[in-house]
Amino acid sequence: MIPKIPVGQWVEWLVDWATINLAPIFGVIKIIIKYLVDNLSGAFLFLPPVVFIILFFLLAWYIAGLRVAIGTGVGLFMLHNLDIWEPSMHTLAMVISATIVALFVGIPMGIWTARSNTASRIIMPLLDFMQTMPPFVYLIPAVFFFGIGTVPGLIATVVFAMPPAIRLTGLGIRQVPVELVEAAEAFGSTQYQKLVKVQLPVAMPTIMAGVNQCIMLSLSMVVIAAMIGASGLGKEVLRGIQRLDVSTGFEGGLAIVIIAIILDRITQNLSRKSN
Amino acid sequence: MSKVSVKNLYKIFGEHSNRALKMLQEGKSKEEILQATKSTVGVQNVSFDVNAGETFVLMGLSGSGKSTLLRCINRLIQPTSGQVLIDDEDITTVDEATLRQVRRVKLGMVFQRFALFPHRTVLDNVSYGLEVQGMEKNERLAKATEVLEVVGLKEWENSMPDQLSGGMQQRVGLARALASDPDILLMDEAFSALDPLIRKGMQDELLSLQATLNKTIIFVTHDLDEALKIGDRIALMKDGAIIQIGTPEGILTNPADEYVAKFVEDVDMSKVLTAEGVMKKPDTVVTTKDGPRHALRRMKENGISSIFVVTKDRRLAGLILADDALRAIEEKKETLDDFIIKDTPRVPPEYPLSDLIPLVADSRYPIAVVNEQEKLLGIIVRGSVLAGMVRRGGEAVDS
Repeated sequence: MIPKIPVGQWVEWLVDWATINLAPIFGVIKIIIKYLVDNLSGAFLFLPPVVFIILFFLLAWYIAGLRVAIGTGVGLFMLHNLDIWEPSMHTLAMVISATIVALFVGIPMGIWTARSNTASRIIMPLLDFMQTMPPFVYLIPAVFFFGIGTVPGLIATVVFAMPPAIRLTGLGIRQVPVELVEAAEAFGSTQYQKLVKVQLPVAMPTIMAGVNQCIMLSLSMVVIAAMIGASGLGKEVLRGIQRLDVSTGFEGGLAIVIIAIILDRITQNLSRKSN
Repeated sequence: MSKVSVKNLYKIFGEHSNRALKMLQEGKSKEEILQATKSTVGVQNVSFDVNAGETFVLMGLSGSGKSTLLRCINRLIQPTSGQVLIDDEDITTVDEATLRQVRRVKLGMVFQRFALFPHRTVLDNVSYGLEVQGMEKNERLAKATEVLEVVGLKEWENSMPDQLSGGMQQRVGLARALASDPDILLMDEAFSALDPLIRKGMQDELLSLQATLNKTIIFVTHDLDEALKIGDRIALMKDGAIIQIGTPEGILTNPADEYVAKFVEDVDMSKVLTAEGVMKKPDTVVTTKDGPRHALRRMKENGISSIFVVTKDRRLAGLILADDALRAIEEKKETLDDFIIKDTPRVPPEYPLSDLIPLVADSRYPIAVVNEQEKLLGIIVRGSVLAGMVRRGGEAVDS
């Protein structure tokens, strides 16, 4: 009989090795993410809810029109009314931080996959792997590398939310019509000019669809991340599960839905605007 | 000196292009090479020179390699072997920075499907080439506005490309190529995506623009009528090679082989042939010193009822009819001066036959072909037009 292949064992060794040897890198990542999320949630909570709601209403109005703005205002008012304002703001800050980091890494990688077939051949299967692996699994090494709390939860979120940003950026750039690229080259553009003046702007609607996906995935993951101690609405839902408390669980879940819809509508209109 | 010179150019697509190149030079066919190396021959052993100010047409069916060849000239496609000299500089070997500089300053390109940047206004599209050169904003916009005026789209400068019709979009494409005032224009099936009427208008516009701008144009097309209309010279391509290079008339009247002959078979001859092609040599003329008796004798000798009168340096003075010559003799005049008809139709040698036919039909007199100095080059009578058409048409079909 063939013995069991110790795949799990190998990964464990790898994680052990990384925990010891890559500690300085993880330290830097941790500092950056902590800085980002702390400042964001600090800023959101510093503002009185009324001011925050008005600001967000105006932002939604500017980007997506009056209808979405009214929905946004009503939704945010609900969060306040249900008395889950603080965890909601934590969650919002986490989603935005995770998205920023995911885009910061994902868009350049997407550009790279579009420019190099080798990069694409290596990265695409990795993305398939990252997207199909159940998200809970990311939590385990995240704890090893970063301990318990909001930061490891956010890092697992970044890993989970990044694939669509990479994929859709790469796709968007590859879909830029050949003649436009030829035109850019024929008039003597440098590689950088070609990318910034032609490829990225033409690919922008597709890239924005990737941003939208990235935000939605972040939102679903920050809830799961509550299992390793991340704060926010996930914690509310988790408390509802642990205590079999339907009302707490449902209110937390509803708040997540509200935030999801607001972010989705705003970013969708952002991508329509960029078209 | 030629502006663009292509020497022994090859382009082979595929991984084993060097092996394929060797096989090709040993005389193997495209199919054999495809089988042995999985490489496709795009351009094979092409050489030609384009002079400054000339419009050179690359003409062939789709897949004949003409667009590939055009892209080798500005190195959008890197040739496998051979040289492309632009002002005596081999573009195939220069470094990236030099190549960019040549593309910015010397080459403009117009694309089949316009290839306008959809996220930029018309003005920003036109100024793109200047922008990547690093020209200051006000300066480049002023220049772009000027060029837009030339193509007649000034009032559309703030529109987006998709708000414009096809013909207008291609004018923007042309303006974009002209904005940096390059010496050379590369035009890839530039008018093929337009509907026939607009296309004809654009061809006329290009010709009139070319008359003032005097660029060196390399124009790719699959449409023979377009090639004949626009080209000073035409290169006919098949399977990546050039089969014949010549003037429009040269290609029509002396097709190099059966392929070319077949290609030109159904061309409307009258559109291509010019007055020069069908005129008779002006052997029988009289000069202004000659008297009426001499003129009448010449007419009788040649069995004609009128004769052209030229000055000593062969400038056309007019026409004498046999009846008038007779009257001059009766009135005992020594010269023909009083009887010369001065307002007979005159055409330049490049006058197209299609316009000549109605002229010949309407005129009571033979038509004089004269150059800019009014020197008499040839004579056209009714019979010679028809004879010319039949002769050329017959040759093209027979060979």
